[in-house]
Amino acid sequence: MALEDRNRVVILEDRVENVSGAEFPMSFSDQGIPFTLKGFKESFDIKIIRLTPTDIEFDLIGVDASIANALRRILIAEIPTMAIEKVYMINNTGIIQDEVLAHRLGLIPIKANPDEFLWKRADEQPTDQNTIVFKLEVACSHNRDATPGEADPKMKYINSAVYSSQLVWDPRGDQEERFAMDPIRPVHEDILITKLRPGHEIICELHCEKGIGKDHAKFSPVATASYRLLPEIQILEDIIGEDAELFRDCFPPGVVDIVEENGVKRAKVVNPRKDTVSREVLRHKQFEGKVRLTRVRDHFIFNVESTGIIAPEKLISQALDVLIEKCDISKTALAQATKGNSEEDEE
Amino acid sequence: MEVDSGYLQHQRLPNDAKLEDVEALLGLSGTSLDKQSLTQPIPTAEDKWQLLPAFLRVKGLVKQHIDSFNYFIEVDLKKIVKANELVTSDIDPGFYLKYTGIRVQMPERVDPDAANRSITPHECRLRDMTYAAPIAVDIEYTRGKHRVIRKSVVIGRMPIMLRSARCVLTGRNEAEMAEMKECPLDPGGYFVVRGTERVILVQEQITKNRIIVQVEKGTMVASVTSTTHERKSMTYVTFKNDRLYLKHNMISEEVPLVVAMRAMGMTSDKEIAQLIAGVDPLYLEMLAPTLEEGASSKLFTQRAALDFIGAKTKAGARRFGAPKRQPHEDALDALANVVLCHVPVNGADFRGKCVYIAMMARRVLQAVGRKEMADDKDYLGNKRLELAGQLIALLFEDLFKRFNSDLKINIDKVLKKPNLAQAFDAYNQLMCHGDLITQGLTRAISTGNWSLKRFKMDRAGVTHILSRLSYISALGMMTRISSQFEKTRKVSGPRALQPSQWGMLCPADTPEGELCGLVKNLALMTHITTDDEEEPIRRAAFALGVEDAALITGAELHAQGTHIVFMNGLILGIIRSAQRFVRQFRVLRRSGRIPAFVSIYIDDHRRTVNISADGGRICRPLIIVEKGQSRVRDEHIQKLMAGKLQFDDFLRLGLVEYLDVNEENDCMIAIYPNEIKPYTTHLEIEPFTLLGAVAGLIPYPHHNQSPRNTYQSAMGKQAIGAIAYNQLNRIDTLLYLMVYPQQPMVKTKTIELINFDKLPAGQNGSVFVMSYSGYDIEDALVINKSSLDRGFGRCQVMRKFTAIVRKYANNTHDRIIGPPRQVDGTIPERFALLDDDGMAAPGTRLENGQVYLNKQSPVDGGNDINAGIGVGGAGAAAVEYRPTPLTFKYPDHGYVDKVMITTSESDQTLIKFLLRQTRRPELGDKFSSRHGQKGVCGIIVQQEDMPFTDRGIYPDIIMNPHGFPSRMTVGKLMEFVASKAGAVKGELQYGTCFGGSKMEDMCRILVENGFSYTGKDYVTSGITGEPVGAYIFNGCTYYQRLKHMVADKMHARARGPRAVLTRQPTEGRSRDGGLRLGEMEKDCLIGYGASMLLLERLMVSSDVFEVHVCEMCGYIGYKGWCQMCRSSKSMVPIKIPYACKLLFQELQAMNIMPRLVMEDI
Repeated sequence: MALEDRNRVVILEDRVENVSGAEFPMSFSDQGIPFTLKGFKESFDIKIIRLTPTDIEFDLIGVDASIANALRRILIAEIPTMAIEKVYMINNTGIIQDEVLAHRLGLIPIKANPDEFLWKRADEQPTDQNTIVFKLEVACSHNRDATPGEADPKMKYINSAVYSSQLVWDPRGDQEERFAMDPIRPVHEDILITKLRPGHEIICELHCEKGIGKDHAKFSPVATASYRLLPEIQILEDIIGEDAELFRDCFPPGVVDIVEENGVKRAKVVNPRKDTVSREVLRHKQFEGKVRLTRVRDHFIFNVESTGIIAPEKLISQALDVLIEKCDISKTALAQATKGNSEEDEE
Repeated sequence: MEVDSGYLQHQRLPNDAKLEDVEALLGLSGTSLDKQSLTQPIPTAEDKWQLLPAFLRVKGLVKQHIDSFNYFIEVDLKKIVKANELVTSDIDPGFYLKYTGIRVQMPERVDPDAANRSITPHECRLRDMTYAAPIAVDIEYTRGKHRVIRKSVVIGRMPIMLRSARCVLTGRNEAEMAEMKECPLDPGGYFVVRGTERVILVQEQITKNRIIVQVEKGTMVASVTSTTHERKSMTYVTFKNDRLYLKHNMISEEVPLVVAMRAMGMTSDKEIAQLIAGVDPLYLEMLAPTLEEGASSKLFTQRAALDFIGAKTKAGARRFGAPKRQPHEDALDALANVVLCHVPVNGADFRGKCVYIAMMARRVLQAVGRKEMADDKDYLGNKRLELAGQLIALLFEDLFKRFNSDLKINIDKVLKKPNLAQAFDAYNQLMCHGDLITQGLTRAISTGNWSLKRFKMDRAGVTHILSRLSYISALGMMTRISSQFEKTRKVSGPRALQPSQWGMLCPADTPEGELCGLVKNLALMTHITTDDEEEPIRRAAFALGVEDAALITGAELHAQGTHIVFMNGLILGIIRSAQRFVRQFRVLRRSGRIPAFVSIYIDDHRRTVNISADGGRICRPLIIVEKGQSRVRDEHIQKLMAGKLQFDDFLRLGLVEYLDVNEENDCMIAIYPNEIKPYTTHLEIEPFTLLGAVAGLIPYPHHNQSPRNTYQSAMGKQAIGAIAYNQLNRIDTLLYLMVYPQQPMVKTKTIELINFDKLPAGQNGSVFVMSYSGYDIEDALVINKSSLDRGFGRCQVMRKFTAIVRKYANNTHDRIIGPPRQVDGTIPERFALLDDDGMAAPGTRLENGQVYLNKQSPVDGGNDINAGIGVGGAGAAAVEYRPTPLTFKYPDHGYVDKVMITTSESDQTLIKFLLRQTRRPELGDKFSSRHGQKGVCGIIVQQEDMPFTDRGIYPDIIMNPHGFPSRMTVGKLMEFVASKAGAVKGELQYGTCFGGSKMEDMCRILVENGFSYTGKDYVTSGITGEPVGAYIFNGCTYYQRLKHMVADKMHARARGPRAVLTRQPTEGRSRDGGLRLGEMEKDCLIGYGASMLLLERLMVSSDVFEVHVCEMCGYIGYKGWCQMCRSSKSMVPIKIPYACKLLFQELQAMNIMPRLVMEDI
């Protein structure tokens, strides 16, 4: 393997080559390049590309896939949030059945800082420390002010549709003071829970508990979390003239540009990051041997969409905290295991 | 028919009359043919498929059931009554009762004191009632010396087909339907009898009253099944040993044809020869042995021949008391009324029948040595479909006749009495046995047993419960055709796909296994005809130059250049210029002067023109092509889309016409407009209509291996989804509903036409085709747990449990009481959910073993009338009750969805509980795509372990790629790509058969949006975090959840209930039975030599029993005492199966004494 290829994944027309990294990450012992902390520190980098209240895109550079993947997995499955877990149905005469309604309610993201709450075991009683209580009390009725012959149910009836905004937080204990700054509420106000018609009524009490995405997807703090490797387009041989335009069109806009030099159009890669790796370019005969698609093995472009409960940048640091915690556990376990081993050796 | 054919008949047209002349004569010119427009260039109608929804609005799918039933109600019923209108008395010759009219009213409720008599089908469903309407007759009868007329006398109740002319739902809009708790998308066409929905399946039969020539056991036979209102009989003309014979069930042996003809008055050999052979020497030669036999029989007069036949005639069951007849009278009666009974005989004029028999003989001779002239029984043109209307008509006629004969017997009984105090009023008698017709009809429909003595018809399974598993299964049932062939016979003919099925019957939708090919389904654009009036057509035919068969000789009949014209299988006459006759006839039909469903075609091989106007023919509409140009043009379609034209207008304007199978065979039909050639006569409306409603759901079916489409047609009916808009108001025995059904991303036009997009059964899942985890072998699927958390594949199972509060003969009745209390005032766990009224409320969560209805029944329901009444109410309290509660018996919990308390038709309190379970998919639950690719859930995987694409797309389902190569379901691959493109672009795609979104376009959309055109994407493993070495084909595909779920099938047992008699474990899951170590398993253990295991399985774990056997006598005794030997000396205990002990005792009861001989080992 060529030295420059050692951290490249090669994109071929029908397969991906050079998929796996080195057996010992960051080191290429066969070429006499060992892993050094210094080298790692030098190459390691995190760049935040885009940050909105719900999304973050950042580059994680210089780590092995296992680390990046662990981060992704933790984001999806192991960061706790609060979600509705128990629904006490006092009355439900709407058309959506109790279980289905409860399921729908459970999936509503609840804006509450999970760090402020304790875990609740199955045998524990709900307290203000481990449970958030919401109430949903809606009844649908005819709207007396509606014009006769009104067809739109929203005008014709009152409460014809129930939205997440109608969930009312019922603070217990000292919750009111504790969360005075940031009252607990559903993240989105416009999630349709159910539709009602006159005579229908829903009265229920909802208990939120702390949980993780591993147990149920409703606890997952992210809508999705994934990464991709940084694409790289190598033009091996100049692509000129009409081919250049075709070449440009094989990529999403902004990836390849055409530069005119001496009246000759030449394709130039401007921003490979934007490439979606559709491999369209490999479909064309005229580019055979002229282009090589690769991806940088240790350059992860993360894309995390938060459900809105936890800010995306906090999600990352929380995920890293979980990762560190896990490492600590492993380290202790390893230490104990090796200690045990050495004791055995001594005997 | 408004043609004044009487006038035309006298004005015979010259043979060279032109088309225009006919039109002019009939006053048609200008109406059907606009000459100017013919010369203009014709833009081909691109959107001609728009005719399809227009067609489905007036005909098709379920409409044939409804049309047939309407025809029965409006026309056939009146005919039946007309034919049986008079009831007379043997006692009083002056008495008569005459039915002057009959009609079926609107459905009415039977509750005696209801103010609003109108009833909805849904109420009938819920209350276990019959949706039926009173049958009212007008009668005229004599009372003493007076003539009495009574109007609207109800003689019974007729079950009403939903959406028929007498149904309250017909013509209602969506809001009114909702008011009646009815689904506007429900097709109707079924009956509600005693609360269950029952369909009368379409029955396929061989055509009646037509000559079918076939080889049977090596001899050429022409057979005719004659059917009239009175009787049904089979007549054969066979060619045995070079001679023709007539065969009939009434005549014990075969009669030489010549003798039969002579018996019918045709004594001249020359005439016989002419009728059969014409002047063709070839046929004459073949006929010679037959004629010779006739000569050698020495039966030269009609009387002699009749005597000969009469001796062989089986005397039919004569009416009691009628005088015995001479043999020749028997023969004459048989020949006139039984043999070929559909051919009319006027007085003693047998000529028509002779000509018919001669025609049969000619057909036989034609086919001898020329196999291609024989008929094909499996040819669809030789088949007739019997629909609900016809079947009910048969039944009704039978019942009506029985009703009248009962009436007559009763009237006779009364009239017999001398000196009646007051004049006898037959009305009272009529009212007495009003239940016969009602009972007969409801019983037949609710059991499916059609037994008519008159036709020796005894069919079981005519009706079926309408399957409400899914909308598609209900719809599929309405288009189903069941065949009369027995399934045990191993002939492939009736099961094979017939080329004539094109466009008429669905090539894909048939079950697998024993009924394969025998149960068929109608294609999308078919219609089944009802009977049309014959007389006007006959007159029109004569007007167009047909010469009456009664007026011509045999030589003319078979003369060169003439064609014999048949009308519904009967010889009408001859025509010398058949081509023109047929053309003119069609012009008349296209202009609406002849009913649209009358078919005409020329059979050039047999030189006949066949006109059919009988019911049960399958036909379909086609666009008429004239002079190489389609008559339907853009402007017509535009008007259609604008709502200015209806489908029937197309028919009236002569743009479109219905062709039945036979006529279709006589036409040149282009499939696409660009294929129109000068000789083309018709153009297909849309080729995808050759599939039925169920197969129409499959996207890109024309790219699939054909059995896959058949598999999907079977599986689509098992898919869980939405059933009807009123699904939550229904209380069905078993109802499967999907919580979040979605319409498919890749639709077909059929899907839209049958409203599957409004009542879908399935969900669009993101599917990756890759190998994952090894839990995906044998078509198993890997499912994303997070998807399930979010509601993917979630479904509900609703079950009905009914309790009837019975009243007993002794005036006691069941009771429902609140939960019992223990001594300390608490309610036992089992009854904890009951309210004070003894029922669990809706919403209650039920666990296994809990009671939701606390019913008690009296211990003694006997005949002591006073038990329940008692004196001063004391007796009532004394009634002893035993508990008969309803208990929840499922391992998983459920909820009470609904409780309904009502009274049934028989005025008993009826309580229905609807219990509900919501299930998320689990390991072993069955799923399927729309391409016959079923699989079970093999493993449920955490989302973080799932592979993901660059865009963060995770799969809902991972499917193993091994599912593709051997199945060759290319349509599925195309669905992947099309739905992926649709999802990316945010629009629905079409996968309509022979059309649909083009793959090129789909690939372009993918590339434009940064995906690979192959549909395969770069994917990262969720487990290692490294890229996957192969590009993974993915897309979103419509997945159906099938009704087979592990929760309903899972079964294991350690110890449990045993049968009382044998003490062996019970059998079956429902009884918590044991798992049988069967014969083959037993053989394995014997072969292996594991005798102790065998002993343990077959005895110790089953019904081991210790008996004490007396060593001296060998009989089973008691412990330490042999009753036989009266001794306690030598008793030994042994272990035998209880069943073995039982056998010994049973043998003893039969005076066989088995002895057990003991020996030391």
